[in-house]
This record gives sequence, C-alpha cells and structure tokens, in this order.
Amino acid sequence: MAQSTAAPTTQTVTPLSLRALAPWAVFFGVLMLVLLYFVGAEQGATAVIAGGGVHKWVHDARHLLGFPCH
Amino acid sequence: MNSVTVRTLLVLGMLAGLAASVLALVFAYLVGEGPVNAAIAFEEANSHEHGGEELVSRSLQSTAGLATGILVFGIAIGGIATLAFCFALGRIGQFGARATAALTALAGFLLVYLVPILKYPANPPAAGNPDTIGERTILFLLMIVLSVLLGIAALLLGRRLAPAWGNWNASIGAGVAFVAVVAMAMTVLPSGDAPPKGFPAADLWEFRLASIGVQAVLWSAFGLLFGFMAERLLEPRPARGRVPTLAA
Repeated sequence: MAQSTAAPTTQTVTPLSLRALAPWAVFFGVLMLVLLYFVGAEQGATAVIAGGGVHKWVHDARHLLGFPCH
Repeated sequence: MNSVTVRTLLVLGMLAGLAASVLALVFAYLVGEGPVNAAIAFEEANSHEHGGEELVSRSLQSTAGLATGILVFGIAIGGIATLAFCFALGRIGQFGARATAALTALAGFLLVYLVPILKYPANPPAAGNPDTIGERTILFLLMIVLSVLLGIAALLLGRRLAPAWGNWNASIGAGVAFVAVVAMAMTVLPSGDAPPKGFPAADLWEFRLASIGVQAVLWSAFGLLFGFMAERLLEPRPARGRVPTLAA
C-alpha cells in the first residue's frame, strides 16, 4: 500500500453501482432541473406559464442567485 | 440494497440542501436586499416606464418570494449534488463520504456558479437590458454547461495522469489545463451587457459580492451538512457520536 503511516482501518470505499444509481439519476435529475428552470429562467427568456407572476415572485432570489432576470 | 442507499442519500441530500438554503436565505435577506433595493431606487429615479401597480409587491418579493426562490433552488441543488456525490464516491480516489461530499460541493460551487459568473456576473435589477434577456440567458447557460463539462474533463485528465505523475502533480496539471481552456473560452465568448450609465459602481460591487456570498453559504453549508449525514449512513461505527456524559 502507498500509505505506510499508521492507519488501522484501511477500508476501501466501494462505489455505488451505476445500475442502482441510473434510474434515480434520470428521474430526480430531470425533476431537479425543472425546479431550477422555474426558479432561474421561467418567464424570462422563455415561458411555460403565461403572465409574469412566477418571474415577479422569485424576482429577488433570481437576481441574488446570479441568474439573468430581466 | 444499493438502490435503497441512493434513495436514502437523495432524501438526506435534499434535506441538507433545504437546511443550507435557509442559511443562504438569512444571508440574502440581511446582506443582499440592501443592494437590491438600492438598484431599484436607481431604476425608479431614472425611468418613467415603470409606473402602474406591481404584480407582486416589494415587501412580498423581498420576503416570501425570496424565500421561495432560494429554498427551491437549495432543494434542487441538494438533489443534483447528491446524485453527483453518489457517482463520485469511491470513483475519484479513496476519499471517504465526508471528504467526497465536501469536494462535490466545492466543485459544484466552482463549476456551476463561480466560473460562469466570472464571465457573466450577477446583475442587480435595472442593470440588465430587457431586450437582451434571451441572449444573456443562453450565454449564461452555455457558460455553466461549458464549465461543468470542462470540469469533468479535467477530472478525467487528472485520473489518467495520476499513475505516472502522482496525485499532486496530476491534480495541478489537470487544474492548469482547466484554467487555460476556460480562460480561452471566456475570451472568445461575447461580453455581457454593461450596466446603464450612472449606475453606482459601489452598489454593483456590493450586489455581486452579496450574490457570491449567498451561493458560497449555500454550497459550503450543503457540503458540510450532507457530508456529516452521509458519513453516518455509509460508514456506521458504533463509537461515533457517543459523547461521554457527565452524570449517569
């Protein structure tokens, strides 16, 4: 082993299997990106919902989080 | 077994994201609202087209609206960072759960926020031209995607160099390559909009600093909190967390 210093527990970190991760990554990845879209960009450059309510409601957060707002 | 672990980690990660965003919200309210209000005051003093009643009042925007945006952002970032953590654990070297969580959060802060805003910094109200919102949104998104992809490429490069160069030199080499390519991309991409004439430079700086602070609080709190939670889940040790009590 490369580590010659006293390390009593040299337990190796086992990666989580990709097969177990994939469905969660796809479903939650998309879901989370949709949330980010609504906080960061809805009713700015593009709009799913008509009007300006969403934009106005998250206005301050959008500016302070660094998104282009208007 | 593994799938259940991923599910539990996701729940913990989103909770950690929510908790971190509460801290970020406090910071944003205390530090960020001042510069936002200063920018709005400038806007109102310099334009006449903003008349009429507001769709959402300022007092709602600066409290409930701000909270909604930052909390939802925190939950979403928590979820995505957790997925990245699940992938990174045991794959980026022999880092334990806590170190992997901290590194994931640091990478997220750098790649998703700090590098992109170096090119396209956060703008307070009134500093952006509404006519260019489409272009600015696309460029900002492009900068994020570019930064994340180059970050992943740098990680792969570092992993490839590590056996021959050693971990330190491989990491430095990959880091220098990342900075060089990002710098080239930044010089090629079009510049962001300049703020309107007469916009106070001090307000602009304070706003941008507040924005960096909000994101820094969010990511660092997430990394530390989630690391604590993930370690307890993934590396249970009977002795951990047991504090000797004074009285029996």
